[in-house]
Parts: sequence; C-alpha cells; structure tokens
Amino acid sequence: DLASAASQGGMGIGVKFPALLAPPSSPEADAALHLLQDASLGSLTVYVVPETSSLLPQGISVYVGKHRSALVRAGGGLATLRTRIRQLTQVMSFTASSIAAALSDRVPDGQLSPDARRHLKSSLGYEITFSLLNPDPKSHTVDWDIEDAVNRYVQPVLDKLSLVANFSVDSQILYYAVLGVTPRFDKESSSFLLSAHSLPHVINPVEARLGSSAASLYPVLNFLLYVPERSHSPLYIQDKDGTPVSTNAFHSPRWGGIMIYNVEAPASPQASLPLHVDVDMVRVMEVFLAQLRLLFGLSREELPAEFLLESLGNEGLADWELDRLLWAHTVENIATVSTTLTSLAQLLDKIGNIVIKDDVASEVYRAVASVQSAMAELATGHLHSAFQASKEAVTSSERAFFDPSLLHLLYFPDDQKFAIYI
Amino acid sequence: VCTSRFWFNYRHVANTLSVYRKWLKCFCLIFHSHIVLMLADDMACNPRNPKPATVFSHKNMELNVYGDDVEVDYRSYEVTVENFLRVLTGRIPPSTPRSKRLLSDDRSNILIYMTGHGGNGFLKFQDSEEITNVELADAFEQMWQKRRYNELLFIIDTCQGASMYERFYSPNIMALASSQVGEDSLSHQPDLGIGVHLMDRYTFYVLEFLEEIHPASQTNMNDLFQVCPKSLCVSTPGHRTDLFQRDPQNVLITDFFGSVRKVEITTERISLDGDLAGFESK
Repeated sequence: DLASAASQGGMGIGVKFPALLAPPSSPEADAALHLLQDASLGSLTVYVVPETSSLLPQGISVYVGKHRSALVRAGGGLATLRTRIRQLTQVMSFTASSIAAALSDRVPDGQLSPDARRHLKSSLGYEITFSLLNPDPKSHTVDWDIEDAVNRYVQPVLDKLSLVANFSVDSQILYYAVLGVTPRFDKESSSFLLSAHSLPHVINPVEARLGSSAASLYPVLNFLLYVPERSHSPLYIQDKDGTPVSTNAFHSPRWGGIMIYNVEAPASPQASLPLHVDVDMVRVMEVFLAQLRLLFGLSREELPAEFLLESLGNEGLADWELDRLLWAHTVENIATVSTTLTSLAQLLDKIGNIVIKDDVASEVYRAVASVQSAMAELATGHLHSAFQASKEAVTSSERAFFDPSLLHLLYFPDDQKFAIYI
Repeated sequence: VCTSRFWFNYRHVANTLSVYRKWLKCFCLIFHSHIVLMLADDMACNPRNPKPATVFSHKNMELNVYGDDVEVDYRSYEVTVENFLRVLTGRIPPSTPRSKRLLSDDRSNILIYMTGHGGNGFLKFQDSEEITNVELADAFEQMWQKRRYNELLFIIDTCQGASMYERFYSPNIMALASSQVGEDSLSHQPDLGIGVHLMDRYTFYVLEFLEEIHPASQTNMNDLFQVCPKSLCVSTPGHRTDLFQRDPQNVLITDFFGSVRKVEITTERISLDGDLAGFESK
C-alpha cells in the first residue's frame, strides 16, 4: 500500500524503512545512505522514518538530500504520507508543467504558466562569458581573479553539468562600457537607484560591445559584473516595491545575468584616484552561479513549508536537479526530432524531385533509430541512455534537415520549366 | 535586403540603408549582430558616385546613410536568391560565420524588408534571377516548421509588391507592400547633384512615420497600414493580416522595430565556501 502511494508520483521509487540507524543528523544520514543505494541517474529513493525520530529537525517533515534520496517523516496516517511523497516527487522529479515547459515552443500559449518559457533550450553546448565592465577606469582600477574563481567555483558546477552539454568559458574586461539607463539619485538613502522597469533597457547598449566567438554556434550565456562610476556610486537595483534587491543583480532568460558591484567610498575624500578594487569573487560567484541555475530552470524557491533541502556546498546542484534537467532535455530533444523529421518528410512530399543524398539518408535513419531507442529507454526509466540517445537523434536530425543540399530552390517548381515562344 | 544592381538603382540601396539606420540609431535597441544586411551593389564606392563613400537618402544631401558603422553581411554578388533562402531556412554551409546567419529561435520576432524591382509574383535579384512568391512562401513555411520565428513582419517596396505576399500560408505572418498587383511603386525625389532618384516613396513615408516612434511608444500596426495613402504614394499600399494570430490593433510597432528583453530580478543566491582549497583543474 505504501509502495503504491510512493509510486503514484513517478517511476523508479523504492520505499525503505531503516530500523537500526541512529546517526545524529540528516546530512550525515544522507551521505551514509548514499553509499548503500543504487543511485543511478533518474532514480529516487525515499526513506520513511518514524514520526518521533530526531533524524529530522523539529517541524520538518521532509528532508531532501543532495544526491538522489530523501527522508520523509511518517505519521498523521497514510494520507499524509501519500501527500508528502507526492509533493516530494514533484520537487525532485519531473511534473506535467516541467514537461510542458520543455515543449514550450509546441504548446499553445494559454497552457503554460507565466514563467514557463524562460529556460534555456536544450543544446549540445553552451558558451559562458564572464565580463567585467569598468565604465570609470580613472576612478577605479578593478582586479578580479576570474581564472581562479572559475577553477574553484564554476568548474565544479560545469563538471557536474558536463553530462548535459559541453561548456566553454571565457572572460573579458570592457572599459568605458556604460549602462543604457541613467540611474536617479535618491536623497533618502544617498544612493543611486535603478528601478525595476528600467532594467530591460540597461542591457542593450552594453550587449553591442560584448562580442562573441565567431566560430561557435552554441548559445552564449553572458554574466556581467558592473562596477558603477564614482559619480554614480553606490548603485542599487530596486524591485517593483521599491526595496533594494539584496543580490543587486538581475537576469534575462536565455541571455545571462548582470550584477552590480559597489565600491566603498574611500575613507578620506582626498584619497588618490584611481582606487584599487579587489573584487570579492565569492560574493560574485554566489550570484552568478545562482543565475546560471535559474537560466537552466533550477530554482529552490517554491517549496512546501515543511521541506528542508540539504545545502549544496560548492557543488552547485544536487544530483536530482541534474536528473530533472535531463528529463526535460530528453523530452525536448525527442519532440524536436519528431517535428524535424516530420517536416522533412513533408518537404519531400511537396517537392517530388528532390534528391536525397546517401549521407542525408543515413542521418535520417540514424535519427529515427536513436529516437526510437530514446523512447524505449525512457519507458523503462533509464534516464542516462535515454538522454544520450536523444542527443544523437537531435544531432542526426538537425544535420539531415539543415543539409545545404536540400535547398528547394534547386528544384524549381513545374511552372518555371515551360515557356511558349511566339 | 536590396536586390538591385546598377547605379540608376541607387534608391534601392538608399532605401535599405535608411531602414537599417533607423533600426540602429533611432531605436537604439538593435545592433549589428541582430541584423542581416544584404546589398546587391555598392553605391558608395561606385565610380559614378560624385560623392564617394556616401549614400544619401534626402536631397540636398542632408543625411549620409552609409556613415562609418554600417555592417554589410552579404554584398554585391553574394546577394543571390540562393543565399537569401539559405539565410532564411538555415541550410547554410557549416563554415559560415555567425554574422551571416539568422540565429533566431521560437521567441524571435523577425522583420524582413525587401526592395528592388518586382513584378507580378516575383522579385528580381541582380537583374539576372528571380525569387517567386511561391518560393518565398515555402521558405517561410520551412522557418515555421523549425520554429525559427515567433512572429514575422514582411515589408516590400517594389512594383506590384502585394503579389509577393499573396502565397504566404504559414501562421503569424503580417505583410505590407508598397503597391498592388498591376501598379508601379514610384520613386520619391531626384537629386540633381547625384543624378539619380534617392528614395522610393513608400519607404520614405514609412521612415517618416517611424520618426515619431520611440522605445516606449504605443503606436500600433493599424497606424502603419495608413502610411502613404494614394495621394502621396500614387500607388495603393497593401497589407495582409489574416495569418497573424493577434489583432493588428494590439500589435505595437516596437514589437518588431525595437528589442526589449524580459528581465527578472535575481532573488536567489547559492552559498559558497570560500575557504575550501581550490579544486585542481582537470
């Protein structure tokens, strides 16, 4: 009965009742259990602990670990347990709305929640560019140890995400790059403010100068760190209610994020310029990595009240969050492949005399075989192989569809083949 | 896209460059990397140009639309029907750089502006080939199939321009043309110093209309449809909205002529342990 309650939410969930464990805390329990279980991609293990157990803190009834397991407190009857487990599977695994979001370009607008369309589309790779914007080099000499910060904080996250896509990282410093909006001075707080509705106009003039790699076609994610001019310092972003935003940052879906880094005014007004600024990369990366997660659709904000999530440390994302991403990308890939191949078939129907070269044909066969394999693997819950198959299917189908030889111009319609000369 | 070759088609290049400049300068919201500019001939450095390195769109040479920051992506003999269709459909050789590609996705609004010499159902490229309205419609359908656009606005300033949008059948396309089938589109003002007509009427009045638009403007498409009535244009401009899902009344000019990103305040932050020994790079 409990097993059926657990399996209501999805696939691959086993419910176990540990009787003899008595470690002091949930994170330690999670770590210990992680070693005992088979935590293959896409799987979820739920441990039900007695109601009176002190394993979970007071008032917390569900503890979500950072691997692929969770602890749920029993009690309040089966119905409560069923609700908790259902909520848990909605947090840790895919839901109807997360799948609809993955299919957002094929789902009618009305069926999506407002924030559903913001995630990055599935791609074989992504380029990440970190840019430091210093509009006032006469006042500030800004040093940021970006290489070290990337190695320490960003690379571990990207390594974890390497299953999803290839990532390349670069960085640059831009001088005299000014924001597109002039902030206004607020007498009360003695600071400069950027209101929420002016933010969309901030990015564009800067974006023109960012540049991107000419060779790669992967989507680019830009993370900009802006050090305001001396004359516009300190600068804060206001949210819709007029309160300053604690991160002093904002992001744009499928584009990247901007963070404003204020430099403290010098102790004495006669301090010589330029001031030397050593950027606190930990503070910066905490925001940039949070933005990176949000761009991929990984958010930790909407949780039921009695849930507690294990903190991630420097790993950036939990294993189950990786799984969520893979579920969404696998579904998106399969949908993309099916529409691509269908439309290719329709093109061939319309223009009967198109010649399909052998290599295009073999890509199509490969795409079909891969997508069928992906569907089969998904049906049995093998997320890893399903994802790999879906990636191969997308690569093959895109290669086939966008093959330069398929330009229908080369096969002119019948009405252009005949002429009558008088 | 300017599809005309030869010095006496100066005005088509001026048309295109004026529209390009309008996007870049006056709206300040779009930039070179978001525009694919195709010019079939070089007027600025044409040996017959009495003012080399300039292209003017107003008589008395008020405004040099060539300037020093125009980025032409496809120039001269690269402007062919094949390349144009390749850009639209994405069937481009892998070695093509980003700037020569249309890197749009399912949320991009695309504006296509074409000018040159046209006839009933075709547009002439380079005085040596044509693109038919059937081919164009099929190209748009290929774009729709691969979700390469969210909404598409097609503006054409040629003779019998309305024939070019007759065959569209894909959703979310709105089209405007400078003249109906059977009508010619006329040029606007000759300049005696340069010796050619500088612009076409329809484009001239459209640009005048766009002067009034600023990034926060609420002017909608219905207003654009009224531009250049027969009294000014001599031809009858046409438009087509049946494929478009939204009511033109509700479609702002800035939806196509501006570019404003959706932004969100970042309210989450992860916590990093700054004291952890650095990870060894792999």
